[in-house]
Amino acid sequence: MAPHSVVVVGAGQAGLETAAALRGRGYEGRITLVGDEPSGPCDRPPLSKGYLAGTVPAADIALRPPSFYAAQDIELLAGDRVTSVDRERRTVLLESGLRLPYGALVLATGCRPRTLPVPGAALTGVLTLRGLADAEDLRLRLSGPPRSVVVVGAGFIGLEVAATARGLGHEVTVVEAQPRALARALTPQMSDRVVAEHRAQGVRVLLGREVSALYSDAEGRVQVMELGDGERIAADLVVVGVGVLPNTGVALGADLVVGDGIVVDERLRTEDPDIYAVGDAARFPSPHAGRHIRLESVQNATDQARCVAAGICGEPYPYAAVPWFWSEQYAMRLQMAGLTAAHDETVTVGDPDEGRFSVLCFRGGRLIGVESMNRPADHGIARRLLTNGTQLTPATAREPGFDLKKLPRTQAASPSRSTNTTTQERQSVHA
Amino acid sequence: MAKITYKHPNGTVTILDVEAPNTVMRAAKLNNVDGIEAQCGGSAQCGTCHVYVDAESTVVLPEMDSVEDDVLYGTACERTEFSRLSCQLPVSDDLDGLLVHLPEAQS
Repeated sequence: MAPHSVVVVGAGQAGLETAAALRGRGYEGRITLVGDEPSGPCDRPPLSKGYLAGTVPAADIALRPPSFYAAQDIELLAGDRVTSVDRERRTVLLESGLRLPYGALVLATGCRPRTLPVPGAALTGVLTLRGLADAEDLRLRLSGPPRSVVVVGAGFIGLEVAATARGLGHEVTVVEAQPRALARALTPQMSDRVVAEHRAQGVRVLLGREVSALYSDAEGRVQVMELGDGERIAADLVVVGVGVLPNTGVALGADLVVGDGIVVDERLRTEDPDIYAVGDAARFPSPHAGRHIRLESVQNATDQARCVAAGICGEPYPYAAVPWFWSEQYAMRLQMAGLTAAHDETVTVGDPDEGRFSVLCFRGGRLIGVESMNRPADHGIARRLLTNGTQLTPATAREPGFDLKKLPRTQAASPSRSTNTTTQERQSVHA
Repeated sequence: MAKITYKHPNGTVTILDVEAPNTVMRAAKLNNVDGIEAQCGGSAQCGTCHVYVDAESTVVLPEMDSVEDDVLYGTACERTEFSRLSCQLPVSDDLDGLLVHLPEAQS
């Protein structure tokens, strides 16, 4: 039987999608969504791209309009936070003093940005980017005349901010401690092409260089960055994008198992069967990685939310969705399907020099992932191949004239989960 | 204002009166219409807002661009001549009466 009420801790994409998916499945109990951001659930991907550039208006950042919560009978407590969980009494205590009973508890607590462990890291003008308030602060600072912007970290967030800042006319330097950009996420073939584009756009990209200190002007604003080799660079604004840390405080306080993230099983349950974890903070067993991992992506947040909603409604299935991810920088549309880090062989299709190509990644002769630049068809087909377990060998991919678009389209396998069939008939509803 | 009808695989329908500016995808998301995922939020990245425009439809839709065409190669359910990404269908009065069929699966 479905529990009488669900409390979702964290109102990011994973939290919101959990609440929405529960209602989509016809769950009729009480749903409370608690999030510390006063803005309510927002769409994070544009915060480092269109929102910063001013092309995506604030109104489009809310994942749902206020009317959605009333219409779906989802109680949204924005600007509040859960401070403790009483597993015995099955209640959570909020900062506001409110105490909520739960039948099922979903931890969607997300991540927070890492900061730089160097002198001057807390100076005015040294920013990180996670929520809408961070993005608004950064957007205002980037909306003025050209300045010297230094981005620390050549991951996706850092490079997206660099591309946006460059597009707004700023002088941009990227400093990365690793010998190459996007080292954790992409093959060298793809990351090298991305860096080449940044350089062609006039961004100074420094690889294998570490920040040693930040210095301020008389008013306490950051002015200069010093690198490990002693070079000093002008820095009116520093954006730190050196990864994130999962928010595990609530789980730790509830005596749940925490590693790098909240540890869950294949149904995304903690060792307490009434407590689940989803999204960026969940450390789950991935059949694609063959071990426990965390994934920070919209896909993972959305698909895990649906998996947990199904479990709460008594229709559980193991979480096995194919991971995918995207980024946009300048005119580069980057799309990644599967997990490519463990590859032992690659085949490149298309033309890297033209900026339209895909890197097919294999392990033991089996396709494990595909990275695409401006080849959206390759990406979509790759996701389907990986979902259906269709075999594709490196030898086939190397044949002259090989094109993923020309592969015979196999009928989509049954989805790995049952889709909702309890759709209700509805009359005229205003959008 | 345009009346948009979403027909689910089990035969039930959801009818929305949609105001511009909106897209056929966004209107569905705002009203929690099951069967439209739109994971990428409408940037033509993911192909999880796939719909089939009704074969009898006389509503004139915007031309498909090359990105939408490419993304449709990756849909979970079979692409047909009626396939569109609903995030690429902006709502205007011209879309009044549009009927779209939702696929069995989006991902």
